[in-house]
Amino acid sequence: MDILRVENLNVEVSGRTVLKNVSFSIPEGEVHVLFGPNGSGKSTLIKTILGFPGYKVLSGSITFKGKEITDMPTDERVKLGIGVAFQNPPAVMGVKLGDLLKEMMRDGEEAERRISTLLKELNFPRNFLTRDVNLGFSGGEIKKSEILQVLAQDVDLMILDEPDSGVDVENLQVIGEVLSRRLKGRSALLITHLGYILRYVDADVAHVLIDGRIACSGSALRILGQILKEGYSWCEKCPRVKGLRCEGFL
Amino acid sequence: MSPKTRLVLGRYSREAKEWPSCPLSLLPEEILRRSMDVGVVSDEGERAATYLQIDHSVVLQAVQEAFKGKIEVMSTRDALERYSWLRDYWWRLVRADADDYTRLADSLWDQGYFIRVFEGEKVILPLQSCLFMSTENINQNVHNIIIAEPRSEAHIITGCTVHPNVHSGLHVGVSEFYVKEGAKLTFTMIHSWAREVEVRPRSAALIEDDATFISNYVSLKPVKSLQMYPTAYCRGEDSRVSFNSIIYGVGESKIDVGAKVVLQGEGSRGEVVSRAVATDKAQIYVRGFLLGEHEESRAHLECRGLLLSDEAMIHAIPELLAKVKGAELSHEAAVGKIAEDQILYLMARGFSRDEAESLIVNGCQHTGAPGEAQQGHQEDDRRNDPWSTINR
Ligand SMILES: Nc1ncnc2c1ncn2[C@@H]1O[C@H](COP(=O)(O)OP(=O)(O)OP(=O)(O)O)[C@@H](O)[C@H]1O
Ligand SMILES: [Mg+2]
Repeated sequence: MDILRVENLNVEVSGRTVLKNVSFSIPEGEVHVLFGPNGSGKSTLIKTILGFPGYKVLSGSITFKGKEITDMPTDERVKLGIGVAFQNPPAVMGVKLGDLLKEMMRDGEEAERRISTLLKELNFPRNFLTRDVNLGFSGGEIKKSEILQVLAQDVDLMILDEPDSGVDVENLQVIGEVLSRRLKGRSALLITHLGYILRYVDADVAHVLIDGRIACSGSALRILGQILKEGYSWCEKCPRVKGLRCEGFL
Repeated sequence: MSPKTRLVLGRYSREAKEWPSCPLSLLPEEILRRSMDVGVVSDEGERAATYLQIDHSVVLQAVQEAFKGKIEVMSTRDALERYSWLRDYWWRLVRADADDYTRLADSLWDQGYFIRVFEGEKVILPLQSCLFMSTENINQNVHNIIIAEPRSEAHIITGCTVHPNVHSGLHVGVSEFYVKEGAKLTFTMIHSWAREVEVRPRSAALIEDDATFISNYVSLKPVKSLQMYPTAYCRGEDSRVSFNSIIYGVGESKIDVGAKVVLQGEGSRGEVVSRAVATDKAQIYVRGFLLGEHEESRAHLECRGLLLSDEAMIHAIPELLAKVKGAELSHEAAVGKIAEDQILYLMARGFSRDEAESLIVNGCQHTGAPGEAQQGHQEDDRRNDPWSTINR
């Protein structure tokens, strides 16, 4: 069964159509990757999956665990089991990371224990729990805090928007190993530009989003190889973009 | 009384039944319950002393055995009879003719408390007081004097509230604080009023060498109008003052609060930290005035306001006045609606919109890590954490 299915999705943001006829699906237990140049609509797709107001679905549908969620409020979608580690989360002044985690997990002692384990795994200092969420966090600290939160949420589909951008070598290894363990056998959607995270996480399929359209889908590592070698220009040459089927990478 | 003061009074009643002395445990249940809402602890053993006034009657003025000789708590009327020197502290920091309300409190004075912390005594349990209005439409005018003698330390928790059946009234509270050399006084005031109650605290503090005054204020319930502008005179060398307030404006409350810090001593430090949340049609003015009169002095003003409704209003009015060069005065203020991206972010963690809002609102009210001025001269500890005393 597909855990997530996106069909013919057209999405408008601030009066501009950003996603055009986007379709793809993630079967349960698979890890998919979303590639695409800056501004192609990757984060927009995620916010649309979450149902953020302002991301207006003109047509198409989103189905999660067999249930159509296209018009569902954000918190209800999340309760069904979707969790997102954001690329650029806002700072929330006054709300301590530790308090947020505890409120999220809603179960006292067990929560404490799980938070401690996650902090240790991520090599994330405990004092961050007493800091306001994301306030003054460095780029790498934000990544860790987002991964910490999404792991604490314990969801069925984890969506990670650039978990490896701006992370130094050692921390990349820490994050990579955590995700490698935690994503095993789970469903996930990863966004990455340079694919560093794919050294640790086995991804099944990748989709390439160019200018709001899925230009092609195929083996994650082969697509990454092409992108790193030729950039996205190869993709523009891909017959599928011209409306034909791109067989090469499947 | 001036004609205008008479006019202010005209709307309210001065008639109140006399209350006999009574321990907290024997108070009518609604009165006890309301008192507890504003921080009163019913077990007098957990407090060094308790002062309770209902309308115009002093119902309880008791110092725990273990604290006798370390602190004194009694009504200001008794205190003025006992100590002739107290005249030197009476209407000295607040002027009796300052406005209609001080004039009212001067001519129709209904007790209030006198608290004295003896020299060198560090009082480990908080002292508590409660000023209660239990008669509909009553006018209550209290005048309090608080003296922290040299090198003493104490925390006073004062709750002011009304009987659940009281909807209107006028409460005037004059408080004069004297924090002597090396003393540290923490004063936490919690208000819980009713829709038609008018409230006019009139307070000032004099802070001497190496002394620290921490004033915390909380108002979370509706009120018709609340206006106060306490002043702290940091006269002593290295004197410190910290004003912290948390104001939640609901209904049609009109709230105008602020604090003024006058830096007169060398090395004096001040801070004013305000958190305001306005919902419904509440109007909140948050003021602050830092006056630097000494070259080596420093103070900071901080206001954060959150609007939860389109019909509510928050107006932050920070004022900085340096009269000498070298005085360092600064302020930051941020007022506005809760940012939508923050709400969505929390919703993406599974919270409903309401839950997300209240997480942010609660967070906003509890921020304000103790700044430099609050750290004072002695280590602060849990016992003096003002927010731990609030029953919500
Ligand atoms: N709220 C918004 N208002 C206006 N334009 C928006 C908004 N959100 C997204 N866009 C625009 O939509 C396009 C897609 O943005 P999106 O953030 O989805 O890109 P992305 O693929 O995630 O890029 P990156 O790799 O740089 O993160 C961009 O041109 C962006 O400017
Ligand atoms: Mg993005």
